[in-house]
Amino acid sequence: MKISFVLNGRPTTVEAEPSTLLSDLIREDLSLTGTHVGCDTSQCGACVIHLNGDSVKSCSVLAVAAEGAEVRTVESLSGLADELHPMQQAFRDNHGLQCGFCTPGMLMAALDLVKHNPDPEEAEIREWLEGNICRCTGYQNIVKSVIAGAAAMRQTS
Amino acid sequence: MLPVIGIGSSPKRKEDARFVRGRGTYVADIKRPNMLTGVFLRSEHAHAIIKSIDVSAAMAQPGVHGVYTGEDMKADNVGGLPVGWGITGKDGEPMKEPPHPPIALGKVRYVGDAVAFIVAETDEQARAAAELIEVDYEVLPAVVGLVDALKPGAPAVYDEVENNLCCDWHLGDGSAVEAAFQNAAHVASIELVNNRLIGNPLEPRAAIGEFEFATGQYTLWTTSQFPHVVRLLMGEMVLHIPQHKLRVVAPDVGGGFGVKQFHYAEEAVVTWAAGKLGRPVKWVCQRSEGFVSDAHGRDHVTEAELALDEDGKFLAMRVKTLANMGAYLSTFGPNIPTNLYAPLLSGVYVIPSIYCEVKCVFTNTVPVDAYRGAGRPEATFVVERLVDMAAREMGIDKIEIRRRNMIEREAYPYQTPMLVEYDSGDPRGCLERAEVLADVAGFEERRLEAASRGKYLGLGISTYVEACGLAPSRMAGQLGARGGLYESATVRVHPSGAVTVLIGTHNHGQGHETTFAQIVSEHLGVPFEDISVVFGDTDRVQFGMGTYGSRSLVVGGAALAKANDKVILKGRKIAAHQFEAALDDVIFEKGEFSVAGTDKKKSFVEIAGAAYVPFDYPLETLEPGLEEQAFYDPINFTYPGGAHFAEVEIDPETGIVALKRYSAVDDVGTIINPMIVEGQLQGGIAQGIGQALFEHGVYDQTSGQLLAGSFMDYCMPRADNLPNFAIEPHSTTCTHTPMGVKGCGECGTIGSPAAIISAVVDALKPFGVSHVDMPATPNHIWNIIRNSSARIAAE
Repeated sequence: MKISFVLNGRPTTVEAEPSTLLSDLIREDLSLTGTHVGCDTSQCGACVIHLNGDSVKSCSVLAVAAEGAEVRTVESLSGLADELHPMQQAFRDNHGLQCGFCTPGMLMAALDLVKHNPDPEEAEIREWLEGNICRCTGYQNIVKSVIAGAAAMRQTS
Repeated sequence: MLPVIGIGSSPKRKEDARFVRGRGTYVADIKRPNMLTGVFLRSEHAHAIIKSIDVSAAMAQPGVHGVYTGEDMKADNVGGLPVGWGITGKDGEPMKEPPHPPIALGKVRYVGDAVAFIVAETDEQARAAAELIEVDYEVLPAVVGLVDALKPGAPAVYDEVENNLCCDWHLGDGSAVEAAFQNAAHVASIELVNNRLIGNPLEPRAAIGEFEFATGQYTLWTTSQFPHVVRLLMGEMVLHIPQHKLRVVAPDVGGGFGVKQFHYAEEAVVTWAAGKLGRPVKWVCQRSEGFVSDAHGRDHVTEAELALDEDGKFLAMRVKTLANMGAYLSTFGPNIPTNLYAPLLSGVYVIPSIYCEVKCVFTNTVPVDAYRGAGRPEATFVVERLVDMAAREMGIDKIEIRRRNMIEREAYPYQTPMLVEYDSGDPRGCLERAEVLADVAGFEERRLEAASRGKYLGLGISTYVEACGLAPSRMAGQLGARGGLYESATVRVHPSGAVTVLIGTHNHGQGHETTFAQIVSEHLGVPFEDISVVFGDTDRVQFGMGTYGSRSLVVGGAALAKANDKVILKGRKIAAHQFEAALDDVIFEKGEFSVAGTDKKKSFVEIAGAAYVPFDYPLETLEPGLEEQAFYDPINFTYPGGAHFAEVEIDPETGIVALKRYSAVDDVGTIINPMIVEGQLQGGIAQGIGQALFEHGVYDQTSGQLLAGSFMDYCMPRADNLPNFAIEPHSTTCTHTPMGVKGCGECGTIGSPAAIISAVVDALKPFGVSHVDMPATPNHIWNIIRNSSARIAAE
């Protein structure tokens, strides 16, 4: 069936099976491979995107549910030649990533947190990111990155 | 000019420019023209005879191109998966090494063993077809536990392997140990389990095979930590493809931790199937599939004893370990609980004699192999639990007993009784600094405060030493390695003066693109921005053994340093020619070649450019070009070490263990990039905490089903389970590596489990608890408290 939505600011129409997951549609049909799939039980959070402005695990959403929605993936945060988004920059500056596999999901989840609270504290960040597994960092630098990213976003806004 | 950023700086990582944009290239992201999808049908039984397999209905499905069984591969002369190390038992007998076909032949031996491979146009078609394969199994009794597997009459994983015993191995002077125990004032003993772990790098494994008919060239893209070794093992021994006809590419890889340092069956199967079908074939592991096909780690049962004199000085240690091999020997399987375990049993202590025997045992479980730390966390756990036990029984403070027995800084190099000679270290310095960092002095006050809230606070300690930088080839060969473990690097200086490094290690989170660029920037004076690092492609990089055992910087970095030296020498020759000076008079300093005592000088960029447009070189003694290659084989392991403190608070009502503080002081030798080193330590500590508090690869003892088979059942640390860690370096310089480096990737997982359990036991002191097996889950702790309380009340 045909699905139309706005993907990273561009109106998009694609064919998809009713059973197709949004994560698969984004990765396989639309070739945006920044959204990662790390599990099959909606536990790891590597596939977090924004659906109508809220963070969701795209592996737990059917593609058809995106009909008419605004979808944003990690690729929307900065163009290839552009400066990094302040949250991306903060992850880089604070060594908030190692292998990079959980990073897109972490960034998208963190940005949703900052939307709810522009000045989050450590405990709130740790609780908010409970649904995003990182196997490399031990989370300390991710927390540090989110605090720094939020601070940078407060300054620019 | 852009700046030189050298050793000791923390530039932001080069690789992050793509990762934070979601622009990495992982294997699952790759699409090849005309690509097909493959899925595996896996055994749902832990142990069964395959009486027959009927694939005809699956073959007839729309979109299906091939359905392959073990018999098909055997008929095509495909070999078994090889083992990289062969060990020898105490009776001189080599280990039992049964064949390991990529797809099961005749029998399945664990839940997850591959039974068939189905290739179709789409993933859905392949999965639908897999459901139509009819396998007639004769189900056999299974054995998954180590102790059970050795019992007489236990189910035999292999008919030809008596008692499921792969190898009965030992190390050390047994008679010296016996004599020492005779004269001991006190003997401390412990029985413990080192829990089975599942590494779970966040990127699931994946592989794409491709065959080019016109050239006979195969390509394999794979989530591997060591693509050249996959080319060697799979090419030479499994598929019989000459290495020059096989390209193995491991692009961005989403974490490894050892799990991706083995040659896996799936790599061989997709490559072989691509050759059969003439089209690329892609397999992407689902997480639930990864749980039953990624090699697992640890899984030991151990009895250990420590003999002490009346002052609490260690006299001797005796260790008996059962180590689970799983159903087949994985690439390094038998090496881990033997050569990477027993030699570390001296820890940071003077122990005059040690004896260790290890029985490697087959069971109906997923093969067990290296997982971050690999043998060394298990050794540390044994030593540190024993030392805690001895301190408690003899009434000596557990920090004091460690101080009394530590190897003093002046005693290095220190020959242990277990083969290895530690080149350098300062255990006492690490401990003293860690005591300050952990505020040990303030612990009693914090404990009383917790007690006032009805909580039990415990302080735990662990010291450790590890053998890293795998490996000195001569020594490894004596221990059973079937090949050398050197590393290689090429430094290609372009005419512009920019540098490309081609190196045989593999970057999957460790920041090599940044660290190795810093080494070149330091040595050659080339701006950091002008250096790029290439890895993970056997067609681009000359050779390499990959990344595991904290070897990348230690062995690969040393090869790079050696290649840099060669570039400088060649540059000096070119400069000498240009200056019409003697080679000995040309010096290289801070990116400039000059003639001593004159004002003649040329920049590195000028010499690089000149190297590629020569017209008057003395061709007998000077070649054009500026590119050098070096192979480096270390003469010894390196021995990072340290002291860790953990503080946990236990809620007796719920059994929840909350980690309140974690402090680590580690000796990793020279530090190239402090930011990256701290990140490696943080990540390692988190994984060690995972082992101690959360993670357990549990099997049903009867059915052999893996019960902890998803992220919902296998509990890994999440952001809200951990505090921030306090980490400080306390480095001594390695005496035999070119830059004095020791490696840091595994320190955290080695030091932390023992520190956490030491803290848990300390917190439970009021309940008379002397040891707690891992993981210290709420259920486990709650039961211990309940049973102990009942016992105390009854007494």
